[in-house]
Amino acid sequence: MPEILFREALKRGLQEALENDPRVFMMGEDIGEYGGAYAVTDGFLEKFGPERIKDTPISEQAFVGAGIGAAAAGLRPIVEFMSISFSLVAFDQIVNMAANLRYMSGGQINVPMVIRAPTGAGVQLGATHSQSFETWLAEVPGIKVVCPSNPYDALGLIRSAIKDDNPVIVAEPALLYGDKGNVPDEYYEIELGKADVSRSGTDITLVSYGYGMRPVNSAADSLEERGHSVETIDLRSLNPLDIETVLTSIQKTNRVVLVDSARRTGGVMAEVAAELQQRASEWLDGPIMRVGSIDVPWPYNRGLEREVLTDAGDVLAAAAEGYGM
Amino acid sequence: MASSTKSNAKSRSQSSKPSRNGDSAPLLNKDLPSTVDHLDLFKMMYLIRQFEIACGENYSKGLIRGFLHLYIGQEATGVGAVSGLREDDYIVSHYRDHGHALARGMDVNRVMAELFGRATGTSKGKGGSMHLFDVAKRFMGGHAIVAGQLPLAAGLALAQQYQKTDALTMCFFGDGSTNQGVYHETLNLAAIWKLPLLFFLENNMYGMGSSIERVRAGGIDFYPGIATYGIPALEVDGMDVLAVKEATDVAVGKIRNGEGPQFIEAKTFRFVGHSLADGQKYRGQEEVKEWEGRDPVLTFPAKLIEMGVVTDKEIARIKTEVDETVAKSVDFAEQSPEPDLSQIYNDVMV
Repeated sequence: MPEILFREALKRGLQEALENDPRVFMMGEDIGEYGGAYAVTDGFLEKFGPERIKDTPISEQAFVGAGIGAAAAGLRPIVEFMSISFSLVAFDQIVNMAANLRYMSGGQINVPMVIRAPTGAGVQLGATHSQSFETWLAEVPGIKVVCPSNPYDALGLIRSAIKDDNPVIVAEPALLYGDKGNVPDEYYEIELGKADVSRSGTDITLVSYGYGMRPVNSAADSLEERGHSVETIDLRSLNPLDIETVLTSIQKTNRVVLVDSARRTGGVMAEVAAELQQRASEWLDGPIMRVGSIDVPWPYNRGLEREVLTDAGDVLAAAAEGYGM
Repeated sequence: MASSTKSNAKSRSQSSKPSRNGDSAPLLNKDLPSTVDHLDLFKMMYLIRQFEIACGENYSKGLIRGFLHLYIGQEATGVGAVSGLREDDYIVSHYRDHGHALARGMDVNRVMAELFGRATGTSKGKGGSMHLFDVAKRFMGGHAIVAGQLPLAAGLALAQQYQKTDALTMCFFGDGSTNQGVYHETLNLAAIWKLPLLFFLENNMYGMGSSIERVRAGGIDFYPGIATYGIPALEVDGMDVLAVKEATDVAVGKIRNGEGPQFIEAKTFRFVGHSLADGQKYRGQEEVKEWEGRDPVLTFPAKLIEMGVVTDKEIARIKTEVDETVAKSVDFAEQSPEPDLSQIYNDVMV
């Protein structure tokens, strides 16, 4: 299988949609002439023209709202935030408008829109550019939220997101754009709302998504070196949340560490933990362990930021504390 | 247009002669154009008035709940504006949306049923007063975050432009909206993309209990100093249905002609409180009375009769017919079933 970069996988999915469906168009800050802050849309303006690759003013509320309106009228807009932290400026449109329109119209209006946004810390951008608000968005009924952790999933998820008739947030971990991974030439999609058992094992289950899969994979390697059989689960989708896959795994391993690279408090793993407490406590040999980044504003300094961000050591410490592994 | 005291309401309203871009010449001919169906305009204004009165009564009875914002006093604005549109044009409204919805021809029974929260309502009882929708009529809501509807309208207009139609989107918003950042964002976006969007400002001079002169640098008179980002604007007397229609026709013609977004400010007034919970402590009844003297539901038919366009009898016949329509809508709503609890999970996602 050919290896491609995470950003190239996204680019392939976007390009296919633009080529195959005239209703698809893109909007965002500097996605056209500049080529996108993370170069995902590089060359698109030349290929598809200014009507379909629309550079917007720095007006997140207006262009997200315009995406919603265009979707309500039957187009399939793909809107890009330069950072998921900027989604805060447009939260009214995402939550009050995109997520609620269908319900409050009694099912009359669909919003088939994709919102793409780089997420997460790790590249020393400081407090306002390093947050992971997919965790907030995942709480809102009426929108789907996905977050890929590798190029294969990035392509499969973006394809499904664009085809979905609901608003879908695709949170793209900023640290992963340059990661390489195997992506087949044959067409495939990944169903939204399905977790992936990315490694099969019997002694402990490590659950995460997005950038969090990097420390999870690293910790899994270490645990296996010590003779433990590790199962890893990549949630991939935060709404809908695939709890069943986690439950099934825990019935086998009886041990679990939940890993969030977002801030620990109020993150997605808090929700997973609550579900597991209610539905899986009889299967567990110890406490539901939860790991997350430290609850402070993101610091700029490299050493400080590294310390705040969840890493493999945090995962291993949790496995040791909870299960003596 | 610099006057800005409450006691000056009358002179303000008299000064709202239609004019355009600082041009002092009157834009609109006040002679009654023969092509307009005056009786239809009256009938719709009267329907909205009676519908709103019925809403108020049923709110008092507890059959309508939540927030209820009535359109009483502003009928000429909504009816005149919507009468200038085609079926394939979109309309986007704010939380005071009943008048626009009815003017668009939404089913009276189903709108009333929605206010009653019944399964037969336009949103199956899930929307309520502030969230009326009828996609078949291209009525795209009923939006209750002030100014939040503006970018939605820009997106609908963007789709119309993208699909290369000559249809357009009319977006209503109130004076209170203009202090939201997204108002400015959307005007700028519409201007740079030349969207087929008609910004329709209903300036009733109060954002809930805040007189616009207290909360807006520039005071009550938006026109001509309002920031429209180069979008051509005109001001019209929102109590004069024919003037509103004519202004709308002009703006609509320009948009269909490819001239990009247009902006209309209609000066109007709600005769009632912001919502049914409003005791109106913030304004004097003198001001309200002055505006009530210009009530379009009274002055328009009187003018038609005086000019010999219609007779007393025809007006009376229309009133009887509309009164029955409204009474039937209340019956329909009251007799409609509550939504089944199984409907809770429907319509969240496709």
